[in-house]
Amino acid sequence: MTPARIVIVDDEQPARSRMREVLADCAAELPHAVAGEAANGIEGLELVAATQPDLALVDIHMPGMSGIEFARHLQVLEHPPAVIFVTAHDQYAVQAFEVAAVDYLLKPVRAARLLAALKKARAGARPVREVLERIDPSPRRYFSVAERGRVSLVAVADVVFLKAELKYVTVRTREREYLIEDSLSQIEKEFGDTFVRIHRNCLVARALIRGVERGSENDADAGWSVILEGCGERLPVSRRQWAALKELLKA
Amino acid sequence: MAGTAPCAPPELNLSEQRTQSIRQNDLPDALPDFRNLGVISRIVIFGNALAVFVALVRSQRLSEFVYRLVEIAGALEPPLLVVLALLYAVSPWLARLSYGASLAALFAIVLGVTAATFPLQTLFGPDNASSQLFATLAYAAAGTAVLAWYFHLRQRAFSPALAEARLQALQARIRPHFLFNSLNAVLSLIRADPKRAETAIEDLAELFRTIMADSRRLTVLADEVSLCRQYLRLEQLRLGERLRVEWSLDPAAEPALVPPMLLQPLVENAIYHGIEPGMDAGLVRISAERDGDRLRLQLSNPYHPEHQHRQGNRMALANIRERLQLHFDVEARLDTRIAGERYEIDIMIPYRLRA
Repeated sequence: MTPARIVIVDDEQPARSRMREVLADCAAELPHAVAGEAANGIEGLELVAATQPDLALVDIHMPGMSGIEFARHLQVLEHPPAVIFVTAHDQYAVQAFEVAAVDYLLKPVRAARLLAALKKARAGARPVREVLERIDPSPRRYFSVAERGRVSLVAVADVVFLKAELKYVTVRTREREYLIEDSLSQIEKEFGDTFVRIHRNCLVARALIRGVERGSENDADAGWSVILEGCGERLPVSRRQWAALKELLKA
Repeated sequence: MAGTAPCAPPELNLSEQRTQSIRQNDLPDALPDFRNLGVISRIVIFGNALAVFVALVRSQRLSEFVYRLVEIAGALEPPLLVVLALLYAVSPWLARLSYGASLAALFAIVLGVTAATFPLQTLFGPDNASSQLFATLAYAAAGTAVLAWYFHLRQRAFSPALAEARLQALQARIRPHFLFNSLNAVLSLIRADPKRAETAIEDLAELFRTIMADSRRLTVLADEVSLCRQYLRLEQLRLGERLRVEWSLDPAAEPALVPPMLLQPLVENAIYHGIEPGMDAGLVRISAERDGDRLRLQLSNPYHPEHQHRQGNRMALANIRERLQLHFDVEARLDTRIAGERYEIDIMIPYRLRA
């Protein structure tokens, strides 16, 4: 077996050096190489793209992007690294890990415990989306797209609307559009406070709705469409969603 | 396996021992602090309620009730105010006596003042005999006894609360999150920089010594500040440049008395909610100043609205509010607000020095 390539993602520098030391203590039993360190999830995704590691040791509490969200973005990759979560104290996450049988480490980490987790992770499966969602049900801050073997992020706050097309969902920002693999109903559930459904195949950013207009004055049959800030396109509202949207416009 | 020590989780054991040690040295009986606004207002309200009650009992018609009330209030207010003024003056002295002696002193003051101000009443009322003096003295003694009993019961009711508050405080004050992260940071120093690791463990030891000390007696602000500095050194260890702290301390504020562990939980909150969730460096600002007869403490940190689900904030604040109320009653104030991108806490307590 080739030595495992490992990355460390933790926002605290002393915690990263401690992890390096404990990893070094395991080197005799399990040969490995530390491919790099990152101080937050976004840097972590870049590091993963640059180094293609086998395994990531990830702190749960990090500014900007939690370790759980980081792990969810990794899943868009074809060959994501295995993830071992590390936390100092998080009763809720620890309970969820226990339920889902996801391996995790508690800080301060002991060499023997780390070694066991490393061995298991080399052989083991990756935690699936449903499990990670259950561990941290709060909405993500980014959508993720796999582009040439690396994860690209689209900030949820930048999204104008999302449209379901055949197999994929198109995410539109002011600048460009992306294809993501999440389903529209999953997104609606996760980001209910941010997006509202106007059609079976379309969610729009609540904060960007500027009004509605009739498709055509003369045509009584023509439906309404939504006017969004920063978007020239008029998006049709389905009859089913019209009542709910009208309520929203009134408020 | 019979006879071995029970294998309860260590946390449980600790809290059990703590409850016992609190029970063992419960607060001794004592008269209330007669300089406290809450105590003073309770006495005034009780005195006047008593006047209304007596007037009701003594009158048959409404017009008579008003007349009686004015009469009784006229008799009651002068001695009541003199008594309050005297008690205000001798309160520190009373506090040094045993409970029995201070009760005796209290009754002596009340009866003495009532007897001394009695001639005042004869100026207004024509039909005052010496039997009226005894009736007045009896009312005063009965009123004082009821009030003393009330304050006694109130203290009884509150002292388990004080112990309970202390217990809760113990659990809420130092987050396990901080403890384990700090231990981890110290471990990271042991191989590379043993000297700094030593200092860090010393800081940690002192921090825990203070946490486990008796928190019912007031401490000077300067001590609380140095405790916070130790705590901040530990946080700096793991957060590095992300944590910036700005102190502004009025020298006149340093000897002021504050409840122990008043600032530290707030500073800990500031870091947990204000610094840790931030990608960039954040500033925690702490200031203390004397403002006449008040001590004003202010604390602010960056506000991250998206991180409000991080639990624990209200616990610490509620805990401090309760302790302020136990120590100062209505004379303490704690306000919080969000001002732009900062979260601010403002505390006002009476400015007091060690007697």
